[in-house]
Amino acid sequence: MLAFVLQRLIQAVVVMITVCFIAFLLFQYVGDPVVFLLGQDATPAQINELRRDLGLDQPFFVQFWHFLSNAVQGEFGLSLRQGAKVSRLIAERLPATLELALVAATLALVIGIPMGVYAALRRGTWASQLLMTVSLLGVSLPTFLIGILLILVFAVLLGWFPSFGRGDVVQMGWWSTGLLTTKGWQHITLPAITLAIFQLTLIMRLVRAEMLEVLRTDYIKFARARGLSNRTIHFGHALKNTLVPVLTITGLQLGGLIAFAIITETVFQWPGMGLLFIQAVTFADIPVMAAYLCLIALIFVAINLVVDLLYFAVDPRLRVGKVGGH
Amino acid sequence: MNKWMPKNALISAMTLSLALAGGLAAGSAQAKTFKWASAGEISTWDIHSQNNALQNGLHAAVYESLVYYNSRTFKIEPMLATSWSLVTPSQLRINLRKGVKFHDGSDFTADDAVFSLNRAMAKTSNFSPYVVGFDRIVKVDAHTVDIITKGPNPVLLRQMTELRMMSKAWAEKNNSVEPKDLKNVAQETFANRNAMGTGPFVLKQWVPDQKMVFDKNPNWWGKMEGNVTEIVYTPIKSEATRIAALLSGEVDLVLDPSPQDLPRLRSNNNLRVIDGVENRTIFLGMDQHREELPGSNVKGKNPLKDVNVRKALYQAIDINTINRVTMRGLSEPTGALVASQVDGWTETVNKRFPYSVDDAKKLLTQAGYPNGFEVDFACPNNRYINDEEICQAITAMWAKVGVKAKLRTLPLVTYFPMIQRYEASIYMLGWGVPTFDALYSLQSLTRTVGTGGDGNYNVGRYTNTRMDYIVDRIKTEVDFPVRNRLMTEGLQLASDTVSHIPLHNQVIPWAMKKNIDLVHRADNRIDWRLIKVN
Repeated sequence: MLAFVLQRLIQAVVVMITVCFIAFLLFQYVGDPVVFLLGQDATPAQINELRRDLGLDQPFFVQFWHFLSNAVQGEFGLSLRQGAKVSRLIAERLPATLELALVAATLALVIGIPMGVYAALRRGTWASQLLMTVSLLGVSLPTFLIGILLILVFAVLLGWFPSFGRGDVVQMGWWSTGLLTTKGWQHITLPAITLAIFQLTLIMRLVRAEMLEVLRTDYIKFARARGLSNRTIHFGHALKNTLVPVLTITGLQLGGLIAFAIITETVFQWPGMGLLFIQAVTFADIPVMAAYLCLIALIFVAINLVVDLLYFAVDPRLRVGKVGGH
Repeated sequence: MNKWMPKNALISAMTLSLALAGGLAAGSAQAKTFKWASAGEISTWDIHSQNNALQNGLHAAVYESLVYYNSRTFKIEPMLATSWSLVTPSQLRINLRKGVKFHDGSDFTADDAVFSLNRAMAKTSNFSPYVVGFDRIVKVDAHTVDIITKGPNPVLLRQMTELRMMSKAWAEKNNSVEPKDLKNVAQETFANRNAMGTGPFVLKQWVPDQKMVFDKNPNWWGKMEGNVTEIVYTPIKSEATRIAALLSGEVDLVLDPSPQDLPRLRSNNNLRVIDGVENRTIFLGMDQHREELPGSNVKGKNPLKDVNVRKALYQAIDINTINRVTMRGLSEPTGALVASQVDGWTETVNKRFPYSVDDAKKLLTQAGYPNGFEVDFACPNNRYINDEEICQAITAMWAKVGVKAKLRTLPLVTYFPMIQRYEASIYMLGWGVPTFDALYSLQSLTRTVGTGGDGNYNVGRYTNTRMDYIVDRIKTEVDFPVRNRLMTEGLQLASDTVSHIPLHNQVIPWAMKKNIDLVHRADNRIDWRLIKVN
C-alpha cells in the first residue's frame, strides 16, 4: 500500500515539475512585460535596469530555478500588472471558480443521471430519441455560443437572469460565497448551466450506455427470474453498478470544469481564476500565468491521485495483482 | 444597490430620509445611480504607478489635479489651483484653492501638492512624460507652490492636467509614499487598492473584475452639474455580454460597443449612440534608416528611403473605402499626424494627397520600381479599432500598384517590443495626444531618435534637420503665436516629406440609455460631474 502511494506521489511530482517547466518555457514567447511596466517613454537604460531587477536578464534555467523554489513555498511574487501578491490574487478568485464548478457539476449529475436512466429504460420512445438528439447538440455546441444564447434569451429577451457578474457575496473569512444570497443564485444560474451542459450531456450518454450494458448482464436476468419488481431491478441493482464508472469520470471532469471555466468566466464576466488568467495573458503578466497553470496542474494531479487511491480501495483485484498475481 | 456594504453615514442618512419622504419628494432629488461598463479593468488605484488611459480617467474622479481640461471646450481650467503666473520663464507660481478637503476630512495644502508632484517624479513613477522638464517643487506658503522647470516649458499646464493630488499624511501613514516598487516583490503598497483624494466621488468599494462603486462626495468644493449620487463601473470583457447588459438594462452606458453592433443599437428606441472623434490618429510608419530591408526583394537599397515611393504608397490607399467599408463610418480620414483638437492643426495640414492608382504607379516608375516590390508589413491585431482589417485592406490596395506587402499581424504584447527594436519595415501605429499640443506627436514621432523623449516612437527612424530644429524650438518657445506657427510648419513638413502615411482619427461611439445625458470627451473619458440621469 505504502509503496503504491509513494509511487503515485513521485509520479505526481514529476508531472507537476514538467507542467511548470513547459509553462515557463512558453512564457518566454508571450511578450515582454517590461514595456508595459515602464510605459512608452522609457529609455533603454531604464529598461535594462528593470530587467536586471526583475531577474529577466538571467539565463532561462536560473530563472526557472528561482521560480520553482519560490513556488514550492506557495510564493509567486507580485503580479507585474497589478502590483499585488499573486497568491492573494489567486486566493481571491479561487472561491468564485470553485463555486461555479461545483454548482455546474451538481447540476450535471442531478439532471444527467435521471435523464440517462430514462433514455436507457425507455429506449426507442420518441422522448428518449429527442433527449439523445438534444444531447448531441449539447456536446457539439461550443461553450461561448451556449453562453451567448442563454444571455440573449434569459437576460435580454426575458429579463429573468442577470447577464454578467457574481452578484452579492458574503465574506466568510477569506472565502467569499455567492451562494447565500438570492442575487448570488440569480447570477450563478446562467454561467453554471453553460458550464454544466457539456458535462450533463456527457453523463447522460454515459449513464445510458452503461445502463444498457448492465441490463443485458446475467445477474439482471437472474433478478428478473427471482420475480423482483422492475423498480428494484432498475434502481437497486442496475443503477448502482452503472454509477461506478460514471463517478470516476465525473471526478476527473471536475478538474476539467475548473480549468475550462475560462471561457464561461469570460463570457459572463465571472470573477474567477480564468478571467484573471485571460487578463494576465493580455498583459504578459508572467507570475500570474505561471501560478494559474501550476495550480490547475496541481488540481488535476490531486484529483487523479485521489481517484487512483479510491480504485485501490474499491477494487480488490489491484491489491491481489501487487502481491503475486494469478 | 448593494446591501451588504456599510455605507457612508451621511449618504445613508440622506437616502433614508429620502426614502421616508418618498411619495412627496419624488423627482429631482432622488438618489441616482449611473452604471457603466467597458472591456478593461484597471490594474491599480495608485495614481502614479501606471499611465493608462482608462485608469487615468477613473482616477480623475477621485483624485483631482491642479488644472484640468474643460469637458466641452478642452481649454485648461482651474481645479485645485485657482490661478497661476510665471515668476520667471522657468518658474510657475501656483495658488492653491483654499477650503478643499480630502475624503477623510483633512485639509488640502501646499504640502500635499509638493508631495504629490514629487511622487510623480519618483523613480518608480510611470508618469515621467508628465513631469518632463521639471526641476523641483518649492512650497512658498500654505497655499502657494512653485514649479521650477529646467527651462521655459510651454506645455507645463497641459502636463499638469494628469498630475493628481494625494494626501501626504495619508500616504505616509499607509506605507504609500512611493509608487509601487517593482523591486520589492514581497510588499504591496496600500494605495494600490485604496484611494483617498479630494475629488467629487469617493471610492467605496473595488472588487477587481467585478465592480467599482463610487459615492458622491457631499463635501466636494465644486458645484455638481449632474444629478448622480452613485456610480458603478463594471468591466465586462466579452463584447456580446457587454451589449447584452446594456440591452437588458443592467448597465446605463457602454463605453466601447463593437462596430458590428452599432446599427442594431442605433435603431433601438430605448438607446442612444453618440459619436465623438478621439484625438488619436492612426497612421503607417516606414523604415527610412536601414540600407536594405529584410523580407524585401529589393537588394542593396531601401526603397522606403525614396520620398516618391512613400508618396506612391500613400496615394495608393483609398481612405474613403476604408472609412466606409472597414470602419463603417467610424473614422475621420486625415492628412495630418494629429487630430483637429490639437494645437498646431490647420485645415491645410490636414489635406490628404489624393487617392490615385495612376499617380502611384507613375511615382513608382520614377523611383525605378515600375513593377512594384515586395516589402514586410506589420500590424497589431488587438490594439486599435479594426487594426488587422485595415491592414488587410491596405495590402489589397497596394497590390493594385504592384507592391506586394507581406502582412504579419501580432498581438500588442509582442508587436510593440518588435517595432521598438526597429524590426518592422512598414508598421501601424496610433498616437493619442494627452497634451492636445502637437509637440507631443512631433517630438516622439518625427524628431531624430535621441534622448529625453526625442523620437522615442520614431521607429521608422525618419530624420530631417529642419524638423529637428522645429521640434527643439517648440520645446521651449513660450510665445504662443510663434509656437503655433512652428508646430503647423512641422506638421506640414511631415506631410510634404511623407514621414508617415496618416490614415484616420478614430471615432469612438458611446452607447447608452435614452435617459442619460452626458458629454463625449475627445479623450474618451466620461466627466462624472456632468452626468444626468433623467
